Amino acid sequence: MSTLAVHDHGVAHHDDHGHEHHHNQSFLSKYVFSMDHKMIAKQFLITGITMAVIAMILSILFRIQLAYPDKTFPLLTTLLGRFAPNGRISADFYLSLVTIHGTIMVFFVLTAGLSGTFANLLIPLQIGARDMASPFMNMLSYWFFFMASVVMLSSFLVQKGPASGGWTIYPPLSALPKAMPGSGEGMTLWLISMVMFVASSLMGGINYVSTVLNMRTKGMDLWKMPLTIWALFLTAILGILAFPVLVAGVVLLIFDRSFGTSFYLSDIVLNGVQQPYEGGSPILFQHLFWFLGHPEVYIVIMPAMGISSEVMSVNSRKPIFGYHAMVYSLIGITVLSFIVWGHHMFVTGMNPFLGGVFMITTLIIAVPSAVKTFNWLATLWRGNIRFTPAMLFAIGMVSFFISGGLTGIFLGNAALDINLHDTYFVVAHFHLVMGSAAIFGMLAGVYHWFPKMFGKMMDEKLGYLHFWLTFIGAYLVFFPMHFMGLDGVPRRYYAFTEFVSMQRWLTVNTFITWAAIMAACAQVAFLYNFISSIFIGKKATQNPWESNTLEWTTPVEHLHGNWPGEIPTVYRWPYDYSKPGAEEDYIPQTVPFSQTMSSNQAHDFEDNPKGLEELNKFNSTLKANEQVK
Amino acid sequence: MGFRKFINSKTLLSFITAFMLLGTNLLMAQTEAAATTGGQTDAPQVDWTGVAYYLLLFFLVCLGVAVIGKILKIYDLTLKIQGKKGMKWNTVMAVVCLVFLIAGLYGAYWSFTVQGSMTLPEAASVHGVKIDEMFTVTTVLTMIVFFITQILLFGFLFQYRHSDKRRAHFLPHNNTIEKIWTIAPAIVLTVLVVFGFFTWQTIMNTTDTKGDINIDITGHQFAWELRYPGKDGVLGPKDFRMVSAANKLGVNFKKRSSFDDLQVDTMYLPVNKSIRLNIQALDVIHSVYMPHFRVQLNAVPGLPTFFKFTPTITTAQMRTQLDDPKFEYLVYCNKICGGGHYNMQKVVRVVTEAEYQAWLSRQKPYLNDALRKELHFAAADQPKTESQNRLALNN
Repeated sequence: MSTLAVHDHGVAHHDDHGHEHHHNQSFLSKYVFSMDHKMIAKQFLITGITMAVIAMILSILFRIQLAYPDKTFPLLTTLLGRFAPNGRISADFYLSLVTIHGTIMVFFVLTAGLSGTFANLLIPLQIGARDMASPFMNMLSYWFFFMASVVMLSSFLVQKGPASGGWTIYPPLSALPKAMPGSGEGMTLWLISMVMFVASSLMGGINYVSTVLNMRTKGMDLWKMPLTIWALFLTAILGILAFPVLVAGVVLLIFDRSFGTSFYLSDIVLNGVQQPYEGGSPILFQHLFWFLGHPEVYIVIMPAMGISSEVMSVNSRKPIFGYHAMVYSLIGITVLSFIVWGHHMFVTGMNPFLGGVFMITTLIIAVPSAVKTFNWLATLWRGNIRFTPAMLFAIGMVSFFISGGLTGIFLGNAALDINLHDTYFVVAHFHLVMGSAAIFGMLAGVYHWFPKMFGKMMDEKLGYLHFWLTFIGAYLVFFPMHFMGLDGVPRRYYAFTEFVSMQRWLTVNTFITWAAIMAACAQVAFLYNFISSIFIGKKATQNPWESNTLEWTTPVEHLHGNWPGEIPTVYRWPYDYSKPGAEEDYIPQTVPFSQTMSSNQAHDFEDNPKGLEELNKFNSTLKANEQVK
Repeated sequence: MGFRKFINSKTLLSFITAFMLLGTNLLMAQTEAAATTGGQTDAPQVDWTGVAYYLLLFFLVCLGVAVIGKILKIYDLTLKIQGKKGMKWNTVMAVVCLVFLIAGLYGAYWSFTVQGSMTLPEAASVHGVKIDEMFTVTTVLTMIVFFITQILLFGFLFQYRHSDKRRAHFLPHNNTIEKIWTIAPAIVLTVLVVFGFFTWQTIMNTTDTKGDINIDITGHQFAWELRYPGKDGVLGPKDFRMVSAANKLGVNFKKRSSFDDLQVDTMYLPVNKSIRLNIQALDVIHSVYMPHFRVQLNAVPGLPTFFKFTPTITTAQMRTQLDDPKFEYLVYCNKICGGGHYNMQKVVRVVTEAEYQAWLSRQKPYLNDALRKELHFAAADQPKTESQNRLALNN
């Protein structure tokens, strides 16, 4: 076997110095300003989990307000001070909580926490690269993200509280500091944080794309990449193309807020005072925002899809069904996601003709999503399913994706959206299809690659407990919300006490809040499991899940450059599980076909006539031998 | 030994947490007292029993979980010592999946029947009926898919749970079946798209934009203002530059059509007449949402929009239908607009034509005395003379 020219990115250097390099690093360069993709992945993960816990606590706070709008909780005043006078969260702070919960969850947890963690961890490891294309930019990407997080959280410390115009920050509400307290300094900090966040996301994305395109190991052509890589690669492309538009929108908003321009503002009379803005359009902001905003939900869900595909294949001990269809549907989603943004704007005053057009494109995107779902089901069919916690979370992801995806067919229909827009139906829809599904994909990834990240195993039983409580909790929280929406209950309402017709939903709200509290408590099981396993977990073996992909060929102990010797060569696709004729029920990607003559099949050599010839020869000799016997 | 150590660290942790919480409480109370020097001498009564109770409960649950975990581990170990295989977690989880499927199906059924019956009553407008038809068709189609896929998902999990004796069926792809399940959803969605597209076009994108009655609805923080046309049936134009204390909406009184406009408090609508709502906002985006009529459109400052609909059921009819004598149709605000967003309502009454006319005759003009004074209209009873108009113009 040839050992030459496996990789032209400084292989020799790493071979010689990789190990010592690892030991010579100072604490600061190893753990803080690390340029090693594995460490950066862990940094993203831990920051993401921290932000998720914060955002979860915020959600519990506003759930308490919704469940008990008339009760006072002195503890809230103790904890929140002026934001919760007399034991009740104030109406303005309620909106802040909703806004920051949404912002953190969508951007900081499910974009940076999910893509940041797994793109950094898996791209070099699964395609066979020593590190990212630009490790320094990778480090910057994390630190911009970190700064964005700090700035976002610091908005809780300003006098008037954090931004409160909803995570979509539609102007004029967000543009006029006098329109609500949160549109003052809180909004400024939100915008600053978001610009830094986009910078982080772009630096990460460019890195991911260039690494995938340029640094694959020998034999790793695009059609041999695991679906995780495909998903993360396409996610990065989406991010690179969509996020700059958000920056454009945000910068114009900053201009409107601070420099007196009128990009988004016109004909405004605030509290009886005419404002000097003319000629702008609030709809323009919505177009810019949703041009990012809609790809953003696919940025959130696609890595979860990729992770779930991989985890389900490994744990069903079966190849993913329809690998090519899975990739093409990902590509289809990527392309279509750019032309559906208007479905968020059916009733915002956008030209109704456009509404019809966006409805068509929106419902088309349901086709690749449906294909993916059916393929997952087919992957489970006649599998040999191992219920690891990661597998359970991947299954949970599929279940949520079905439940939440189907309600998307209602909302994508412009005519139905008239009555459902901005109601709890929408809240239920996106919390299932994007919130819960994506977070379950992320948790599946954490449980699955924890041994790779920390060299330890997580406790399975606590994982089971965590899964079932969270899974049931999420359904209990979001399923009833559909019916609230069908009763026309609007979202972002501080209390449902003012409308007689909504008061009957109060018992349901109380129920939802307790379900949410239960699910939140279940996360303690995860946090305990996660943290304690890092220190006292059982030591992981090299390939604990008997998986085919390249990352499990690296040693358990991390080292800079990933592989101690040369990077392994890849010979086959990553999903040869339970191949008939093979000894084990898995064949790693690094095993050449010449070593597995008994299990080779004709379609393994679709683009390799020589190999096919060999196979035929082998089969005919086999037959001849049998006849002789 | 390990068991005991575990419990100890747990209790220690709970002690530390309780101590820290107590500490923060003291600290917070002190800063509170310091902040309110003199004003409030009695520090706020903090009800710690409630919080402590729930915290204790939570720790008890954690303890319970830890104990159960240890028992399971010991049970597992004893099984292994006896030479057996240990707990079959794959089977346990597969059974839990099956239980979840059955419980979930029942839960979904319960939710559909109990909470489903709490949803909006039948549509009270012409186009609303079409939307409801669409909704029913979509619901039936999606629910079929929902139940089939979820049953397959959890059914497969139970059916194909791990067994050492078996190997999974190697099935990388099957082009025929993949084609079928690409084309099938595509066809179903095409039907929905076509159906939805034409429904949408007839509701929103119609060339027939004139209604029998024009009503102006303007949102501001945090209320709706209503303006009806007077006898001429035409609403006077508006300009945000003309807003003043008395002229809240900025109606332009340079135009004659503005003079007989009416300002009303409740939206009265005659049944079976087409209503054109002209939707505007003064300050930030609001949204006119009338769920019973399946009407919603955002009110955007600087971008006047309209929604045309025809109410078909009067308030009185709806009251008997729902057996609720206090029922009212309402306008909500459905786009986040600030602290008072949750309480921006306006009552809508759908009445017969006769009742509508009687009500209309009792309404006061928008051009009230305060506004006349502001515009320097001399006499209250002759606003329409040319000289008065010019006077207004000059100001």
